Amino acid sequence: MKKKGWKEIPIAGLITEAGSAAKYKTGDWRTFKPVRDEDKCIHCLICWIYCPDSSILVKDEKMVGFDYEHCKGCGICASVCPKKCIKMEKG
Amino acid sequence: MAKKILALTGDQAAAFAMKQIEPDVLAAYPITPQTEIVMNYSQYAADGLVRTEMIPVESEHSAMSACVGAVAAGARTMTATSSQGLALMWEILYIASSLRLPIVMPVVNRALSGNINIHCDHSDTMGARDSGWIQVYCENPQEVYESIILAIKIAEDKEILLPVMVCQDGFITSHGVEGVETLEDDKVKEFIGEYKQEFSLLNVDKPLTYGPLDLQDYYFEHKRQQAEAMANAKKKIPGIISKFEPLTNKRYDFIEKYRLDDAEVGILALSSTCGTTKVVVDELRKEGKKVGLLKLRFLRPFPAEEIIQALSKLKAVAVLDRSESFADHGGPVFNEVRSALYELNKKPLMTNYIYGLGGRDVGLSQIKSVFEDLFKIVEKGGPKSLVNYLGVR
Ligand code: SF4
Ligand code: SF4
Repeated sequence: MKKKGWKEIPIAGLITEAGSAAKYKTGDWRTFKPVRDEDKCIHCLICWIYCPDSSILVKDEKMVGFDYEHCKGCGICASVCPKKCIKMEKG
Repeated sequence: MAKKILALTGDQAAAFAMKQIEPDVLAAYPITPQTEIVMNYSQYAADGLVRTEMIPVESEHSAMSACVGAVAAGARTMTATSSQGLALMWEILYIASSLRLPIVMPVVNRALSGNINIHCDHSDTMGARDSGWIQVYCENPQEVYESIILAIKIAEDKEILLPVMVCQDGFITSHGVEGVETLEDDKVKEFIGEYKQEFSLLNVDKPLTYGPLDLQDYYFEHKRQQAEAMANAKKKIPGIISKFEPLTNKRYDFIEKYRLDDAEVGILALSSTCGTTKVVVDELRKEGKKVGLLKLRFLRPFPAEEIIQALSKLKAVAVLDRSESFADHGGPVFNEVRSALYELNKKPLMTNYIYGLGGRDVGLSQIKSVFEDLFKIVEKGGPKSLVNYLGVR
């Protein structure tokens, strides 16, 4: 995407749109990515509570995966998972 | 109602202008010699003469932070400070200008520690000259009063949106009583108009974020915008002054020339020293000596063209700096003025005087000695030294 010049952007670094942080893909900051062993997961959603980047995907009250476009790979989910079913892998 | 002339100190003149402006919010912390401004304003608030929300904070860092929040929320906001107070505001000064928040702040110039000193020099605001604020320097309480009102209009202009420091000399101006011609309240209110923050944090229909992370990809663009805002200030201030002129019958340009047009030698100075210099100019003119003064009123934006035009015909110029920049190459005003004159093919000879540090008095005889030096410089074809210390033992 071609970045805008100083005449085309709002002054002062203002962000004039609510919730636009979702558009900012932070996944490529990651060194390690969380990978879950589905069979061991008990869907307690503790990882969802703790994830600082809202990157635990949940559907029908079940943990269904990770939002790798925003997950920064902090490893908190792996650390708090009571079943130790999240591993941090390179990539 | 005729214009009222009131006996006011510089501090009282600032407080009186602020009373007529009646900002929505005033967040401040007392510091000598600014204290009287906020003290007087607090009295106005306690007496019910203004509806301003007063925020007594625990430090100047908090004062400026509260101002930033208040303006972003949509309130017309003011504060005032001096010296260490300005130093403590430092990081928030840059945030205020970067976020393009039109805060108007009277600053009563006072030396910076150490050692601790409460008297006038310009080291506080000179240090802040790159913080992105507009800076106005006032000669006397009258100018303080009018410049503060003018500053509101400049700061809030849609194409400028920058904070403004209105500077006066500590004690010399801030505590000296003079007759100040004041405007009627409604004239002031009408001139400044209502403050409308286009990007209000409290407008829930248009949610927005102030001060997000701004890295390699856009930070530079935002600084470029700030530079443009200062250039816009340069373009628009004369027009704003023209609108103010009918109210005061005074013309406040970026610079003021005093008997300079046919002068051979001249002094360039800021603030109260200009008053002293004018007296010396008059005395020497009586003796037939062609001397003049260039008073710099705005340091930011820097009126380079006006300075070049005013000084181009002089044979020698002395720039008076009431602060030391420890460059071993002269004070801040000297270096900027000298750099501006580089454009000229035929440049006046130049010399710099650092003077008045920590409130050291500068009298008529010292200013006279500078003019005498200037005539010697013309005779000899150059100054003995680039930088001189006036009045030091
Ligand atoms: S914390 Fe572990 S067990 Fe619980 S939902 Fe997350 S991955 Fe599954
Ligand atoms: S690694 Fe961190 S950011 Fe990624 S899903 Fe786990 S807790 Fe969230």
